[in-house]
Amino acid sequence: MGYPNELKYTREHEWVKADGKTATVGITNYAQEQLGDIVFVELPKVGAEVSKGKSFGTVESVKSVSEIFAPVSGKVAAINEALANAPEKINNDAHGSWMIRIEVKDPAELNGLLSAADYEKFIAEEQGK
Amino acid sequence: MSDKKIKKVRPHPSQNEGLIFEKSSPGKKAYKLPPLDVPQVDAAKLLGSAERQDMGNMPEVSEFEIIRHFTRLSTWNYAIDLGMYPLGSCTMKYNARVNEAVARIAGLANAHPYQPEKMSQGALRILKLLSDYLLEITGMEAITLQPAAGAHGEMTGILLIRAYLESKGNPRKKILIPDSAHGTNPATAAICGYTVENLKSNSAGMVDVSALAAQMNEDVAGIMLTNPNTLGIFEEEIHKIADILHEKGGLLYMDGANMNALVGKTRPGDFGVDVMHLNLHKTFSTPHGGGGPGSGPVACKKHLEPFLPIPVVVTKPDGSLGFNYDRPKAIGRVRMFYGNFGMHVRALAYIMANGYDGLRLTTEDAVLNANYIRKKLEDVYEVPYKTPSMHEVILSHHRQARQGVKTGDIAKRLIDYGFHPYTTAFPLIVADHGAMMIEPTESESKEEMDLFIEAMRAIAEEAQTEPETILKAPHTTRVSRLDEVTAARKPILRWKPEKV
Amino acid sequence: MKLVNRVVVRLQSSSITQLIDYAIAKLSNSFMRYLPKSPQDREQMLREIGAGSIDELFSHIPDEYRLNRDLKVTRQLAESEIVDYFQQRAAECAAGYANFLGAGAYNHYRPVVVDSLISRGEFFTAYTPYQAEIAQGTLQAIFEFQSMICELTGMEVANASMYDGSTAVPEAVMMAMRITGRSGAVVARSLHPEYREVLGTYSKYQGIPVATVPFLANGRIDLNTLDQATSDQTACVVIQSPNFFGTIEDVAAVADLVHKKGALLIVSIAEAISLGIVKPPAEADIVAMETQSFGVPLGFGGPYAGVIATREKFVRQIPGRLVGQTVDQQGHRGFVLTLATREQHIKREKATSNICTNQALVATMATIFMTIYGREGFKELAEHNLAKAHYAAQQFEKKAKVLFEGAPRFNEFVVQTSEDPHVINNRLLAKNIMGGFPLHKFYPELGNATVWCCTEMITREQIDAAAQAVAQ
Repeated sequence: MGYPNELKYTREHEWVKADGKTATVGITNYAQEQLGDIVFVELPKVGAEVSKGKSFGTVESVKSVSEIFAPVSGKVAAINEALANAPEKINNDAHGSWMIRIEVKDPAELNGLLSAADYEKFIAEEQGK
Repeated sequence: MSDKKIKKVRPHPSQNEGLIFEKSSPGKKAYKLPPLDVPQVDAAKLLGSAERQDMGNMPEVSEFEIIRHFTRLSTWNYAIDLGMYPLGSCTMKYNARVNEAVARIAGLANAHPYQPEKMSQGALRILKLLSDYLLEITGMEAITLQPAAGAHGEMTGILLIRAYLESKGNPRKKILIPDSAHGTNPATAAICGYTVENLKSNSAGMVDVSALAAQMNEDVAGIMLTNPNTLGIFEEEIHKIADILHEKGGLLYMDGANMNALVGKTRPGDFGVDVMHLNLHKTFSTPHGGGGPGSGPVACKKHLEPFLPIPVVVTKPDGSLGFNYDRPKAIGRVRMFYGNFGMHVRALAYIMANGYDGLRLTTEDAVLNANYIRKKLEDVYEVPYKTPSMHEVILSHHRQARQGVKTGDIAKRLIDYGFHPYTTAFPLIVADHGAMMIEPTESESKEEMDLFIEAMRAIAEEAQTEPETILKAPHTTRVSRLDEVTAARKPILRWKPEKV
Repeated sequence: MKLVNRVVVRLQSSSITQLIDYAIAKLSNSFMRYLPKSPQDREQMLREIGAGSIDELFSHIPDEYRLNRDLKVTRQLAESEIVDYFQQRAAECAAGYANFLGAGAYNHYRPVVVDSLISRGEFFTAYTPYQAEIAQGTLQAIFEFQSMICELTGMEVANASMYDGSTAVPEAVMMAMRITGRSGAVVARSLHPEYREVLGTYSKYQGIPVATVPFLANGRIDLNTLDQATSDQTACVVIQSPNFFGTIEDVAAVADLVHKKGALLIVSIAEAISLGIVKPPAEADIVAMETQSFGVPLGFGGPYAGVIATREKFVRQIPGRLVGQTVDQQGHRGFVLTLATREQHIKREKATSNICTNQALVATMATIFMTIYGREGFKELAEHNLAKAHYAAQQFEKKAKVLFEGAPRFNEFVVQTSEDPHVINNRLLAKNIMGGFPLHKFYPELGNATVWCCTEMITREQIDAAAQAVAQ
């Protein structure tokens, strides 16, 4: 499965859609494959502060819990309520299922993110290990 | 599917049985109370608005339906009485019947915890004798029987460490825990207000002592070790580990889950442990009961004794026994009353039935059994750590994983062969979540183990010739693999009446 | 033994080896009746392993730690000797006394069916039901337990049990803290003193501030003080109903106050039979209950089983195991442990609790008990308890003072006497009666006060005799 070029990626397997002041965040297809069937997503409250590199929530499968890390710092402007009742949306369409929207504090932080090509290279290395 | 190699079991119909609510009908009764010998009361008058108006949908069934209901349910369970549980670190041994008989003797079973001490001397003597025996077995100096389970004991033990360090001026911040540890260890440390730092294991599966020496500092309150560890391997340098800690004022906590490898052969108190917990429901044969009750006594060295939970059993000047609550340094209470006394009775009966030679023989047989299984399976399953095993052996699914067959699948197929699965995917340090943790205990005969070995060898062959059979297992149980994903996404946690 | 084994290994002559083996087997008396192996089995296994002796399997334990002597515990006892020992200890405990003690452990009749069912090896020697396909018996029984607890308490969801009622309280408090994001707790002084001590241990080491609110002359919690003690930093308020004195709290009024402050209400229940006739605390957010009254032996204090019940919206914050209903691949109904990610084996240091057990067998006893009494029986049983206690209070009132009038009670009440309760209780013991629990230790301001409990097991004669002896 391809990784859309218009998205940016992190080494913790989040995708980011940057749009000026707002960053929309989800987890990648690779991440949902590793997790298996997702049963629950824990997201922060609207208005909460998130910090780049720090965990802002969790994704749970039946037997595991994984943290999701903020790719940029800022304030949570919106969360995807639909995931509360249907977390399987992420399994079905990871890149189309957003989790949170962040009001970006410092747009320069977006520069460190990976392009689609770089991310694909990164996971190829991960799988090779 | 070739089931010709299955020797231990044959399918047999079991009775169906719905939920008890589904058998309920108004007017059915299973009880009869004697006539009231005092005047009846008007509940509405006595209780007013506190009176209950509606009993909800509590079931109404007759006595024999209850007997049938729970008897049928029981036949759907595997149990130690039926066959081996190779579960690692669970020590699923014979739950002796004399334990059950003595626990039910009226004077003990009906004793109220607040009975006057002079009417409870029998119970107090049991607590004292068990305490003395457990101290001798562990080589420790003081003990509490109050914690209700292993994890509860862990919490108590870490609180003792905390209280001791506080009395020295600084409780410190961290607890070191090996990456091979059971999940209760880090959870316990967190509950006691400590942060957890991981301790790496070396290639032999033991604590990397030089890494520990580097990590040890005055912020470390202590280390939680299991010995033998969750790989079934004895920490040969444990005295060095204790020294590194003690030199900088830290303490060594030992998780006693694997005592079945040590009883009568070596004692934690002799190799530097400051505080430890025991699992009476493992080493000391008290029954698992489908998930509890357990009992987790905590034994310690005398520098931690003042902090033990209240009350402690003491001998009074007149020679009788009593409880002492006047202990200003105590961490407080971890449970009401005195602990799971019913389990104390059973554990004491176990020690008596064994005696000093039986306890040692038990340990020897436990270690012999695990090593026998290791020897008979090491050519078909990978042994990830070459260090000698004690009472449990770790294998890995590495070879079978090439055919797409993993530890969890092999475990499910083992059910078709008539066994309960071993512990899957734990400890986490075995690569690729591939661990197969097997502890037969001393209660298994050579016949039962040979059947187990044959089953495991047959499954290894199936992994080559018909992996699909394993991946879809179990095939012969009442229910097939259950949908755990939906159970977690949309939990149904109680019965509700059908909406009319 | 060790020396002889080494000699055996070096000799390498099979017939001499066999002779010595035989001699050892005969001389050493080394058997234990639970161990299903013969000396020949052991020898064969050692050979297959390639070890010369059992000792070799322990040789990697450094010498300095090896125990070279027998443990100083008893010799092996015959079964008859073991039974004898415990029968003697039982004889040294009170038996055949009328028991007026409650205070957190209740003397109710245990139907024989409870023990005959849980004594089945398939129930009591089974492991935790992680392998659901071969543990449907345990899982369904616990699912029924969870369901019945909900019916009785008016809550929407219940867990598969906690260690006991006392530890259920700090677990409920920590749960309330996770839900509200706040950190303090306010507790009623009429909550069982030992429950408060347990909460104190947990809260001290986690830095949770706990404030205590007194009771009024009618036994109920002082709402004015409660109002002052509860702030926007309070995660929860904990009351017990019926409380340690037997008094039933006005749960609705307390809930109102607590909820206005954005805190959660935790109601602890020590005497579960009260739910047969007392309105369940439906306004509570969390119920932390002890189920010992449901067919669990007094057993000198344990094992018991607690339970936490709550509203569905809080389900992911509940500690302890949960059994859920699901289907298998053929669509058959089945049960599994679920929402396991809350638990220690997955979340490790981020778990909702470190608890790794549920008191499954005790919870199964409770389930069977609840099934036996059922809808009608619970009510009748509770009525008997209420009636006995009411009658007893009236008898005691003739010559002593019954405290905390003005609010309803269930099966416990407090009597204040001019005499020291210990002197009275001694007098009662001579009449084969165990009197109530003296309160001075925990509530010194109440003076010579004792809390008395009357269950269905107490007879009118015993009440009359006790009332008379108290009045002397």
